[in-house]
Amino acid sequence: MKRNILLGVGFVLMLASLYLVFVYVSTERQMGIVQRIFYLMVPVAWLALLSFFIVFIGSIFYLVKRENKWDILAHSSAEVGVVFTTLALITGSIWAKPIWGVWWDWGTPRLTSTLILWFIYLTYFMVRSFAKEESQGARFAAVVGIVGFVDTPIIILATTLWRGMHPGPLIFQGGLAPDMLLTLLVSIAAFTVLYSILLIQRISMKSIEVEITRFKESGN
Amino acid sequence: MRFWRNVAAITWKDALAEMRTKEIASAVLVFTLLVIIIFNFAFGVNQEVVRLVASGMLWVTFAFAGVLALNRAFIVEKEEGCLEGLMVAPISREAIYVGKMLGSLFFILVIEAIALPVFAFFFNLNVFSLQLVVITILTTIGFVAVGTLFSALAVNTKAREMVLPILFLPIVIPIIISAVKASELALSGESWSSLTSWLQIIVAFDVIFLVVSFLVFAFVIEE
Amino acid sequence: MAKAGSVSQDYAIEIRELTKSFGHNRILRGINLEIKQGESIVIFGPNGAGKTTLIKVLATIITLSSGKVVIDGLDIKDRAEEVRRRIGVVTHQTFLYQNLTAYENLEFYSRIYDVPELKKRINEVMEMVGMISRLHQRVGTLSRGMQQRVTIARSLLHNPAIMLLDEPETGLDQQATSMLWDAMQTDGQKKRTLIFTTHNLERGFEVGERLLILDKGRIVYEGSRQVLDLSALEKAYKSNTMVSA
Repeated sequence: MKRNILLGVGFVLMLASLYLVFVYVSTERQMGIVQRIFYLMVPVAWLALLSFFIVFIGSIFYLVKRENKWDILAHSSAEVGVVFTTLALITGSIWAKPIWGVWWDWGTPRLTSTLILWFIYLTYFMVRSFAKEESQGARFAAVVGIVGFVDTPIIILATTLWRGMHPGPLIFQGGLAPDMLLTLLVSIAAFTVLYSILLIQRISMKSIEVEITRFKESGN
Repeated sequence: MRFWRNVAAITWKDALAEMRTKEIASAVLVFTLLVIIIFNFAFGVNQEVVRLVASGMLWVTFAFAGVLALNRAFIVEKEEGCLEGLMVAPISREAIYVGKMLGSLFFILVIEAIALPVFAFFFNLNVFSLQLVVITILTTIGFVAVGTLFSALAVNTKAREMVLPILFLPIVIPIIISAVKASELALSGESWSSLTSWLQIIVAFDVIFLVVSFLVFAFVIEE
Repeated sequence: MAKAGSVSQDYAIEIRELTKSFGHNRILRGINLEIKQGESIVIFGPNGAGKTTLIKVLATIITLSSGKVVIDGLDIKDRAEEVRRRIGVVTHQTFLYQNLTAYENLEFYSRIYDVPELKKRINEVMEMVGMISRLHQRVGTLSRGMQQRVTIARSLLHNPAIMLLDEPETGLDQQATSMLWDAMQTDGQKKRTLIFTTHNLERGFEVGERLLILDKGRIVYEGSRQVLDLSALEKAYKSNTMVSA
């Protein structure tokens, strides 16, 4: 029931943000039409961070309490997070091409730090497959989830400074026109709802998987 | 007090074994020299090019050498079940972490102390500056803080040695970036004040990961 | 709660509803056991029965999933370090560093166990296991049996009241085996509490006063040596481990 409400809200918000992005919002003067990808890029990047924050929290609770549900939360959030991180990398390069003339610019701190983050969370999954048994994999993944998240601000700081820029606020430097800000906020809300839907979906699937393996094993 | 006595016992035990066999130091040192030679052919001997890539070369070498040395740290503990021997002894898991960490820190610093002059010799660099020494020591602390944690994790997996670099390298990227930039400035004779922002990142990394690894270590070794 | 704690003092080890799972894999499924001071308990069971896991939980190497274990009146969950002081552990792995000499190995462990007058104690235990002549030889150069002798010496350093042994006879010859049991059973004056696992029914029957059979994470049989003979034990082992297999 709750899921249907969420689904409805998500659908309406998505439509609204599509309308805002493609019809309502005014085209940015310097960058032109490509700038509209900004309303996709920022929400997915924000969700990449949010999902890894959830991984971090889930991992801490898993290590302390050793309850499977926390691992399921962290693992599901990491899966959704990697998808959003990949999307952030793709939209980032699409944005970079017309602006700087190259698909990949190492001088873009946000893009490079997203790439590093993507690698860290790749190891989150790899360490599970390297583990000798499932619970060990969950434990090791939790360690990666914690260490990886703690590393994130340092990565952003170092890549920003490397470029010779000074780390500042991401988007809200004041320069955003009101219609752009509205579009961005609606878009962020739409994607956040999408994230929660995906997360809940993954969690319930994983919980069912756990149930099935438990039945299989008690059958033996 | 007891904590530090236990830490000292572990570090001393590692140092003693290493002084006897020189297994880690000799292997890693030869590796380091080979990397230097390969870099020489990869980038040519042009003094201009060397100046541009020197600090990058230095830290790529140290990062890989660090992986090699850190991998060994827990393999010796695993061989005859020694880690279990430590775990049944009246010693906190954290003391095991700090003891192993200090042992690795010591080996890697020794290796770097030998490798730096070799770099200087082959590439005609001025490595004998206090700045470079400080950068090297601080960055190595960050390496071993994370590396000791992941080394303990890696030996417990199926793939063992393969796992450490995959986990270790992405996490240490920010400190490598900072070390490369800071060394670049140091090698070109810049003042301390131009290094501060990089040194700040390195120190922040050290502190954060010493604390996090210290807290998380028990969960890595305890099933 | 305080009362329950003081009751446990009578037992060297008290295990209540102990379970241990690795993920969905339940290795120990509710173990209940009380062991008196000075009692020797032998645990038989086929491979994968959970013997090693049980020993490791008691040795505080692995954490328990649920239930309670009290050793010498101390809950192993919150007073693990004090528990570790009171137990000695010998397994088929030696816990010895191959590149250090026997003396250096024992010196290292003595420091960690806060053994007073460690030089004297090291000589004592090495004498006991008949390895004093090899004191300064590198462990890696010793034969498997000799290494196992050194590891017995290692387990005796802090003279623990409780010994946990998991297949301790690995690599030992006849003579060394009897030395092992002599050293394990008493500290010269007092009987130690002994828990050990073995595949060898005969040996287990010889040393253990109480005989347990573990299968699929449960204690499926319990008997006392006084009322059993070896053939009855063999029969019990077969019937209890075959049925469930």
